[in-house]
Amino acid sequence: MEAALDLIVPILAATLRVATPLILAALAGLFAERSGVVDVGLEGKMLAGAFAAAATAAVTGDVWLGLGAAILASSALALLHAFACVTLRGSQVVSGMAINVLAAGLTATLALAWFRQGGQTPALPPDGRFQPIALPGAQWIAEVPLLGRLVVGVLGGHTAPVYLALLLVPLAAFVLWRTRFGLRLRACGEAPGAVDAAGVSVAKLRYAGVMIAGLLCGTAGATISTAQGAAFSTDMTAGRGFIALAALILANWKPWPVLWTCLLFGLLDAVAIRLQGVPVPGLGVPFPVQAVQALPYILTVILLAGFVGRAVAPRAVGIPYVKER
Amino acid sequence: MGHQVADIPDVTSAQGAGGAPPAIECRGITKRFGHVLANDAVDLVVRRGSIHGVIGENGAGKSTLMAILHGFYPMDAGEIRVDGRPVTIRDSADAIRLGIEMVHQHFMLVEPFRVIENIMLGAEGGMLLAGGEAAARASLARLGRDYGLVVDPDARIGDLPVGARQRVEILKALHRGAEILILDEPTGVLTPQEADDLFRVLRALRDEGKAVILITHKLREVMAVTDRVSVMRGGKMVAHRETAKTSAAELGELMIGRRPAAAARPAPATPGPELLSVQDLRVRDGAGVERVRGVSLALHAGEILGIAGVAGNGQTELLEALSGMRRAESGTIRLRGEVLPPCDAAAMRGRGVAHVPEDRLRHGLVADFPAQDTAILGYHGDPMWRRVLGLISNRAVEAHAAGLMATHDVRPAAPRLRSSLFSGGNQQKLIMGRELERAPDVLLVGQPTRGVDIGGIEAIHRRLRAWRDAGKAVLMVSVELDEILALSDRILVMFDGRIVGELPAGADERQLGLLMAGAHA
Amino acid sequence: MTRPLPRWAELALLPLLNLVLAMAVSALVVLAAGQSPTAALHALAIGSFGSWDAIGFTLFYATNMAFAGLAVAIAFKAGLFNIGVEGQAAMAGLGIALVCLGLDASLPALLLLPLAILGSAAFGAAWGYVPGWLQARRGSHVVITTIMFNFIAASLMVYLLVNVLIQPGQMAPETRRFATGLAALSSFGFPGRSPANVTLILALLAAFVVWVLVWRTPWGYGLRVVGSNPEAARYAGIDEGRRIIVVMAISGALAAGIAVNEILGVHQKLILNFTGGAGFTGIAVALMGRNHPVGVLLAALLFGALAQGGSELAFEMPDLPRDMVVVVQGLIILFTGALGALLRAPLARVMARG
Repeated sequence: MEAALDLIVPILAATLRVATPLILAALAGLFAERSGVVDVGLEGKMLAGAFAAAATAAVTGDVWLGLGAAILASSALALLHAFACVTLRGSQVVSGMAINVLAAGLTATLALAWFRQGGQTPALPPDGRFQPIALPGAQWIAEVPLLGRLVVGVLGGHTAPVYLALLLVPLAAFVLWRTRFGLRLRACGEAPGAVDAAGVSVAKLRYAGVMIAGLLCGTAGATISTAQGAAFSTDMTAGRGFIALAALILANWKPWPVLWTCLLFGLLDAVAIRLQGVPVPGLGVPFPVQAVQALPYILTVILLAGFVGRAVAPRAVGIPYVKER
Repeated sequence: MGHQVADIPDVTSAQGAGGAPPAIECRGITKRFGHVLANDAVDLVVRRGSIHGVIGENGAGKSTLMAILHGFYPMDAGEIRVDGRPVTIRDSADAIRLGIEMVHQHFMLVEPFRVIENIMLGAEGGMLLAGGEAAARASLARLGRDYGLVVDPDARIGDLPVGARQRVEILKALHRGAEILILDEPTGVLTPQEADDLFRVLRALRDEGKAVILITHKLREVMAVTDRVSVMRGGKMVAHRETAKTSAAELGELMIGRRPAAAARPAPATPGPELLSVQDLRVRDGAGVERVRGVSLALHAGEILGIAGVAGNGQTELLEALSGMRRAESGTIRLRGEVLPPCDAAAMRGRGVAHVPEDRLRHGLVADFPAQDTAILGYHGDPMWRRVLGLISNRAVEAHAAGLMATHDVRPAAPRLRSSLFSGGNQQKLIMGRELERAPDVLLVGQPTRGVDIGGIEAIHRRLRAWRDAGKAVLMVSVELDEILALSDRILVMFDGRIVGELPAGADERQLGLLMAGAHA
Repeated sequence: MTRPLPRWAELALLPLLNLVLAMAVSALVVLAAGQSPTAALHALAIGSFGSWDAIGFTLFYATNMAFAGLAVAIAFKAGLFNIGVEGQAAMAGLGIALVCLGLDASLPALLLLPLAILGSAAFGAAWGYVPGWLQARRGSHVVITTIMFNFIAASLMVYLLVNVLIQPGQMAPETRRFATGLAALSSFGFPGRSPANVTLILALLAAFVVWVLVWRTPWGYGLRVVGSNPEAARYAGIDEGRRIIVVMAISGALAAGIAVNEILGVHQKLILNFTGGAGFTGIAVALMGRNHPVGVLLAALLFGALAQGGSELAFEMPDLPRDMVVVVQGLIILFTGALGALLRAPLARVMARG
């Protein structure tokens, strides 16, 4: 039993850590797409957030200022996205891709120009990083046989963003399903004409949805560079924005399922890291880590194809709202 | 105000005996879309405790006027008073605040939401839904009792039939405190039974002292349910009448602007052999609903067969199945006596069945193609415009379009102009020309004159008659009674997916109306 | 609704103005990086067109951009946004490797090279066909599936190169060198030393074929109807689903041009990440080129120059990385694509007055 825990606890703790930016980014996509605006620019906004957080924290030595800068940078890109998609009614996918490309170029260029360390930001001092937080009462819980160690080992000692992400899931569910704002936002993604006819501004709601996405992506980016890492390096989000998008689709655009799919993807990642170079028993070849890494994408395609279950996107997502004549 | 319309009574007298100001009063409302003057100095006065009909043909400007009242578009000029006070309506929120509510022709409902969520949208009663929900449920129950508007508050809109969805729309308006209720063509999608229920609700609202505005182009409804009626034509308000002091004939004349040509009865048809026939045809629509439920009919050379019916009774799907746009569920289609295998639209065209679609903009043309490219839609593989190595020659396509435009009087005769920039009538002439060009034996035509101006209607009708006289077969679907009566040699009436009756040319309008209403179904 | 612009303004003036706008914002970024925009522009110009070597490199990169742009553009004509060019090109590289590794010992170059090109086109087409099929038959949105297919292709390539195709005894994830490759342009007398090769000619040919296919055949007419008004396609008896599947396969086959240019033209072995983001640049190329082959070729030249000038820029000004041109690309996608309406309305107003 103890041996099993030795194996499981680190993997589950890693799962939670790895899943955190995914949860934040997928919730970001949830708000944008529930309002009717497609967001394939999660990756770019996260990357901008990661750079802004690491750069600011490196200069000021304050991790919270870093988080603030991340949110500002990501929100600036979100504002651009909202302006292009809502005000100018441009293509939402093109705008998202533009933001990804722009963020990739900008972060690499500015990182090199400002810090002259080959595209990295300087390594962060302890105060410039999110530090693990001890679970209150950990020593007592740990004394509960087996379960105690599991709880403390898996849930304890994480950084602030991990707990924040876990709190945001019920909060998002509450906001979307129990508040006036949530009702209107979801209606906007399904039937903007009905929202307009009810005397509520579709444009304002969509701006709100996209800007919330900016806020959450910035936080996700800061998590990557100042909680999981200790500096920014070029392209450090490495496709997490697209995994978050996949998680969002698999979760059928709902907050609780978003948590489960992100944890699943996090688990896959944690297991893949664990199995790197481990030979497959009986075959003698190394474990195909890439297969595990590609699993989120393959699962998403299978779900989208409707072979298993069915992904139902908000009906008006991707369509600019124009009053019909 | 510069406009001169002789028979508008002194509208200020509408203030009536009680001296209370009218619920809503519009003066000189003007709205322009590009070159089109959709509303030209329109006046309208609606009193409390009355049902006020606004009638006019398609494109007369009724919907624009109502959209302005509901804040969907700003007006270019004019004044609106509510209860005697001048108001500005910049958006729907302003209209709602003034108690002006609208039931749109295409419902403004969120389909995946429950009824209660739809009712609350925009009137949630607080930041949290929990607080307002109890109140909304209570208000639903009360409104259900008072007006007989019963719906399950927890049903999903997507699961409700059309009639129930309309009830939700009305409940939504009343829940938000409607004092002035506008209904835009509310019976177009209803069964006669549902329409009667609706009228009962409207009368109850009137008796409560609310003002109800009913926009329609159906004279029967106006005569049946309204107290006063205003007639629009070509963007202008041309007459106001007390319903009790007018007649359907007079209103019809006002709407069209002249006495309906005592239907210059065409020469009787000389039907030839049977060209197209169907037996027990069943067709489902995109949502899987069976729309055509066992239709059999035969179409002969040298006749125009009119399919009459209220929109949404399966005519669209019948036409789509016959033209190859939609696969029939079961049944046989025979062409010149031969049973057809399942065909797509291209194959049907190849067999000499041409199709002028009901919905010009959705099906008949490609809005951002130049007219010359729209003029080969469906015939784009034709050798006529293919030259070197079988490639399409732009020059040949342009020459073809120029010829077509000359023959069919399409204006402007500019093959390179974008299809969307032509007027409705000219787009229709272009499509008609394209479909008639290969002298098809069978012409399927849906709503031939929808959204076409009067002059254009004449030209299109003339052409359809000439086609019949040349010994071809025409199957025409139309929701316009006048059109059915003026053109058809035989009339089949569709109701609820079935043929419910056949009438000869020159049938009695009343009898036709009864059949369309499903009276004999 | 705003009035449409005259053709020449829509096709030439507007893209040019958007380009100027993108360059102006890029200049601000250069300033933010503490560098001189004029010096950067100068380095960019010299780096891309200053010598025969530079021109050769520019043409080499332009070849990638042309294929990527054509691949995106032809799918666009059917109303499809193929974000999967990157993955399709990667798979096409695998196609080349399998043909060459298997047959280069037994076939003469004259047979092997066309076979390798066909192999790459087939692999690229297959990687486009599947998302096309999923869109047409299962309604899975092609934007999402092609994004997913990019990642699946990337994982597959890593796995194969690390575990299966790697040259025995080597550390680097690469195959062994093929026996032959495509001829460089310099062997036909093109001045200077550059990796530009005969794939450039193939790109010009491909552009012409795309133009004929889309604008001069009944199939292409149907494709454009599907892209502009799918309901009208049903009315006209044009099979929308089949057009979507076929055009996605063609798009993938065009993406294979990148692999031919890089793998068969230069490296003569399969390496990781040889596409270098060209697939994404294809979006910018197609947008800038208004989805027309002529426009795509011109835009490809521009982006080729940016790619080449960018490396020179990094060399001349060490504090400005190559990624500076990625910024320019992003801004061009932004201004010509997403913010396209920004200049159109004011421009239409000015032109209507003038």
